[in-house]
Amino acid sequence: MLGWQFNCRPIATKLTTDNYKLSPVAELLTYISFPEWLAYTIAALVQCALLLAIALCSAAVGIWLERKVSARIQDRLGPTRVGGKFGWLQPPADGIKLLCKEDLIPAAADQILFRLAPYISFCAVFCAFLALPFADGWVAVELNAGVFFLVAVMGLEIFGVILGGYSSGSKWSLYGAIREAAQVVSYEIPLGLCVVLVVLLTGTMNLVAIGESQAGWFFNWHIFHDPFTFVAFFVYLTCAVAGTNRAPFDLPEAESELVAGFLTEYSGFRWVFFFMGEYAAMFLVSALGALLFLGGWNGPIPIASLIGLTYENHDILGWLGNSLGVVNLIAKGFLGMTFMIWLRWTLPRLRVDQVISTCLKYCVPIVSAMLAGVMIWCHCLPGGVKSYSFPRSAWERTDPTLRVDGIPDHAVTQSVTMLRSHAEHGNEDYREESR
Amino acid sequence: MQADRVKSEVIEYDVRTDEMLINMGPQHPSTHGVLRVVLRTDGEVVSEVTPHIGYLHRCAEKIAEKLAFRQYLPFTDRLDYLASMNMNLGWALTGEKLLGHRVSEKTRHLRVIISELNRIASHLVAAGCMGLDLGSFTPFMWTFREREKIVNLFEEICGARLTYSYLWPGGVIDGPPDGWFDRCLAFLDQFEPVIDELHALLTNNAIFIKRSAGVGVLPPEMAINYGCTGPVLRASGVDWDLRRDGESIYTEMYDGYTWRIIAPIDGRYPDDHPYPPLPYDAVVGDSWHRFYVRMLEVVQSMYLIRQGIEKYNAADGELDKPFEVKKKLPAGEAYLETEAPKGQMGFGLVGDGTATPWRARIRSSSFFHVAVLGELCRGVLIADMPTIIASMDIVLGEIDR
Repeated sequence: MLGWQFNCRPIATKLTTDNYKLSPVAELLTYISFPEWLAYTIAALVQCALLLAIALCSAAVGIWLERKVSARIQDRLGPTRVGGKFGWLQPPADGIKLLCKEDLIPAAADQILFRLAPYISFCAVFCAFLALPFADGWVAVELNAGVFFLVAVMGLEIFGVILGGYSSGSKWSLYGAIREAAQVVSYEIPLGLCVVLVVLLTGTMNLVAIGESQAGWFFNWHIFHDPFTFVAFFVYLTCAVAGTNRAPFDLPEAESELVAGFLTEYSGFRWVFFFMGEYAAMFLVSALGALLFLGGWNGPIPIASLIGLTYENHDILGWLGNSLGVVNLIAKGFLGMTFMIWLRWTLPRLRVDQVISTCLKYCVPIVSAMLAGVMIWCHCLPGGVKSYSFPRSAWERTDPTLRVDGIPDHAVTQSVTMLRSHAEHGNEDYREESR
Repeated sequence: MQADRVKSEVIEYDVRTDEMLINMGPQHPSTHGVLRVVLRTDGEVVSEVTPHIGYLHRCAEKIAEKLAFRQYLPFTDRLDYLASMNMNLGWALTGEKLLGHRVSEKTRHLRVIISELNRIASHLVAAGCMGLDLGSFTPFMWTFREREKIVNLFEEICGARLTYSYLWPGGVIDGPPDGWFDRCLAFLDQFEPVIDELHALLTNNAIFIKRSAGVGVLPPEMAINYGCTGPVLRASGVDWDLRRDGESIYTEMYDGYTWRIIAPIDGRYPDDHPYPPLPYDAVVGDSWHRFYVRMLEVVQSMYLIRQGIEKYNAADGELDKPFEVKKKLPAGEAYLETEAPKGQMGFGLVGDGTATPWRARIRSSSFFHVAVLGELCRGVLIADMPTIIASMDIVLGEIDR
């Protein structure tokens, strides 16, 4: 189910041998004359492993980052010994220590649910990674409704938390679970609206297309598209922090109020699963924020195209340039995580009523207004500030290709990538078809 | 009555909620030790709070009746272990009151310096813990970093880092080592800007204000009725500080010193400090004011220490030596309250002509501050509980004794 099977992109999924960017691994293998079926199989395994590795590594690096950044903020050194320098092996050491701990389940706990909860939580986050593109083509499953899938599946994480809190047989855990339910459900509304705003702007739910639409210099990023998206980005940031239960919204595990919230009775490797899930989710929302607002895998300066790492020059060069995007997105993801860590170690925690009112009184109205603002902006300034032109229909305007290429007369219901790839690679058939 | 019952039944059919009894403590992270508070909660709202104490009871008063008066001093360290010097001072002064003894000029200034240093240390812990209980870990580390420097100074002077046993009845065993006052001044100089950092991180932080302003408002009448003292009383707008208003044997110590007593009179603080205006939401007597009073008292203590060092160096004479262990207490009674960082610490002694007190009594301020929790926490949210407990700055060592 990786890459080439469940691809629902209408026309760009027409995989031609000369323009195949969906699985870079398969692409590379076929390039060095592997048979196609073998290349795909190997690619599937590699991508599966890569995905799990990325999910786990992002969590491990996140934990290390948290320890180091928090230490620096607090005038400490943090881990320095494990692994020689900087304590870079501290997360595995922590993990081994936690795995060796006694497997404790309270007598009052609901045995099955208590055991099940951590897996649900972790699996939900891991599944969300399936739809996360790291660069054009660097995505496990490229879904037509990728962003929808991602947000929806990520939201499943709370089931694990609620189950864990409910089944622990502890009142503090129960409080944590109920708070989680209230908080996450509230914050999914503004979060979803922020996503809708970008979807409206790009006219697609495909994350690859959303990323593609921000190619070029940093002023092509959605955050700089208009004032409304700029504000919406900060609403997204707030909701992302709240959605992952990070301080100042870490009510479900507020250690000074609820001991450890839903984690109170968890220890050892079950706790690790929750923990990994939390850090992987942090990376995920940061990466999603980068994709939606901060140019995705496109750096502020299009270095790859400036130095000629494009498919026009050579396939391998193009592949390399594309892979640079992976570095870009991961860097942005960790930047977002660092921001969350910085917040956590600076701010006190909000109270439960303040958290909910922040959502309902501020986030939702602001993002709704921004959504309306973007609609009006798109209607009045279809080409953005740079190239004002006469108003056209909404669908046309939401297509950034029109801004770039100035082709006004398309039937614009197709996705952006489709248009881009055809504009770039000159697939003449398409223009015939669309007319 | 009947109407009320009918009404409540209707409500229950509407939204049926059960009250839940929750044990907060004795192992809860934000009960400052081993305080156990039983909460009756309806959802997030706390309807009743019952503090249970006694998990750290060590028969402190009884021990005092079995030991020579001077021998008991190390036990006073264990009362308020965050301000051991002030505990030492209280015990020493009570004995001196009973004996009618006055210490030398130099000793008195040293006592001011030491006790005010420890007041800073104790207030730093209070401020850091308040931040911690509101979910902000960093101020805790920052305040402990500064406290560590004070503790280092104390280690130089008496060899201990927590239980100092330094201010003995009658005097001190040994004066400060060479250069100690310079290091003390150096600490104050580098500490002064740190206070601004703490203000930025906590006092003026929007979330901190939201969490603490208007939470746990303690009206002055209630504060007095419940016997609240120290910063808790002053934050309610009562201008009362034993360093000025106490008994002469204690206030004599501060003769010639100038400092301000920090209390919001008519909602205003003495305005000789450069800190920003009060937040809009803050009500006199709430958690924010209790926190703020401590932060300002730290500054006043710094003034006092600077003056004390000047006066100590200018004073003639020698430091007094402590009483000998066998020093007999006269038959009679003495009770003295001193202004410890957490509130008024009272020691009572009944002598019977032997070295061992016939009866000893310890009055700790935190005990009264816990007692008022039941009033303050009625109807607050669970999240406000740690805020209020932290703003009271209780220490279980002196509650349970």
